Amino acid sequence: MTKENPVWAITKYVSLLVAAFIVLFPPYIIVANAFKTPDEYLDKPAMAMPSSFLNFSNFGEAFVQADMGRAFGNTLIILGTTLTLNVLLGSAFCYAVSRFQFKLQGPLVGLFLFATIIPQITTQVINYKTIQGLDLTNHLMGPVLLYVGADILQIYIYLQFIRNIPYDLDEAAMMEGASLFKIFYSIIFPLLGPATATIVILKTIAIYNDMYTPFLYLPGSDNVVVSTSLMRFFGVNSGDWQMVSAAILIIMIPTAIMYLLLQKYIFAGVTSGAVK
Amino acid sequence: MLSRLPFGTQKKLIIGLFVALPLLLLLTFSYYPALELIRLSFTNWDGMSPDKEWIGLQNYKEVFSNPEIFGVFKHNIAYFVVGIVQNIAAIYFAIVLNSRLKGRYFFRLLLFLPYILNGVAVAYLFGYVFDTTEGSLNYMLGKLGLGSETSWLGTGSFVNYTLASIGFWRFMGFNMVIYLAALQSIPSDLYEAASIDGANNWQKFRFITVPNIYKIIELNLFLTVTGALEVFDLPFVLTNGGPAGASQTFVMKILDTAFQFNNYGLASAMSVVLLAGVVLVLSLQRYFLNKGRD
Repeated sequence: MTKENPVWAITKYVSLLVAAFIVLFPPYIIVANAFKTPDEYLDKPAMAMPSSFLNFSNFGEAFVQADMGRAFGNTLIILGTTLTLNVLLGSAFCYAVSRFQFKLQGPLVGLFLFATIIPQITTQVINYKTIQGLDLTNHLMGPVLLYVGADILQIYIYLQFIRNIPYDLDEAAMMEGASLFKIFYSIIFPLLGPATATIVILKTIAIYNDMYTPFLYLPGSDNVVVSTSLMRFFGVNSGDWQMVSAAILIIMIPTAIMYLLLQKYIFAGVTSGAVK
Repeated sequence: MLSRLPFGTQKKLIIGLFVALPLLLLLTFSYYPALELIRLSFTNWDGMSPDKEWIGLQNYKEVFSNPEIFGVFKHNIAYFVVGIVQNIAAIYFAIVLNSRLKGRYFFRLLLFLPYILNGVAVAYLFGYVFDTTEGSLNYMLGKLGLGSETSWLGTGSFVNYTLASIGFWRFMGFNMVIYLAALQSIPSDLYEAASIDGANNWQKFRFITVPNIYKIIELNLFLTVTGALEVFDLPFVLTNGGPAGASQTFVMKILDTAFQFNNYGLASAMSVVLLAGVVLVLSLQRYFLNKGRD
């Protein structure tokens, strides 16, 4: 381990630089063109920098024209409701099935774990009819119901985590006369904090980036979300790349900032979510 | 008040209250649709009318005999091929970033970045890169004297590889981070002991690294195969299946059959075939995994 082969050392850096170039090249084009004025866009080659990074007019126009204020609002409503329900229902369920012994407990947990092999995209044809039957097509609560009901990632993560919380804690609290409900919300739920953080991060990424659920279930213009606002905007402005670039950047920036701030939790969450 | 109830009663209350709603949701959105898909796949239901005529295996015959349906899986092959290359690249970069290296945290942050970005935004980002007349890829190739007229998204023979390469850009870092976590859990004294015994780098990779991340390789391959079977958003957003259906994927075909052509029976049969395919891949993986353990 002490001395390293110089060929290998050079290969490592060269390959990393090539990879870094490939990752940064497409976003660079977007950044370079989102700040260009229409005249500049026609005069300069696509790769050239804009003359000023303070020309925000494309952003303003894209934001208004794509109705992004409404889109971000709707996405936030969907995210907030989904995450709250997921965390509450998921943690409560895992508390009930992992702290007590009861009949059918094994099959019940098995039923949840087995459902992960059903790919959600295959069941859309039927789920669409279910949501239609509940009169929730073109209603923000339709996607919420699907995100809460059809995904069981939170159960997986909470189940793994709750097993490592010693049962002695529950017993000690019971001796002091706490009710089981109180044990759940004042001892177990706070201790599940890291699992909750993982779930919130993974679901936020998944829901913010999801396209087909809002596309199928929220066709109306009042119920536009981030992904569909960009699709509609592109439909009207296709070919007008400096406007499209601005719209793409507006949508990419929130997750990019979240990523930079929460990178540690995101890496931990992605790893534990994948290796379930 | 609650604490006055005997624990036995509290326990029953908790189990009833905390289990009922998640169970109802699970049955409604996972098991009911799976069973309903199977039932509808034997009918010619149009999605609206009250009568669902039983037509036996006719839909399945249609799925397997009509090249316009089953042949679409050929388009998914590109995503599988690129997915394998993507895994090899991910393992390579995980090993590189697991070694002593200046700036390894920066490179990890950078390579993972595409995974976090909105899928529709990424699709249009590459719509710009691959644009025939204004795209930056053709511009660059032109500068290098390699021709600049290629229609990356408009040529049937390789449009799927163009689209799959966007998937590579987006998900390589994700696979890499999973491999990296697996590599970091291998105790370093294994490598030290091997060095003392005179093992070279290749031998260390072959006999220490690979066996220790074997499970993770299988997990990533499973994600690659099911991901390739379920491709939808990139071709839907960028080419809408074109040119002339060359980039249509099986999931797009299912949604078209159900929602455009109102042929729910056939769409259900197609969904069942896809579902069976994924379950088969998963079962094979579990079988080989358990066999490896014995």
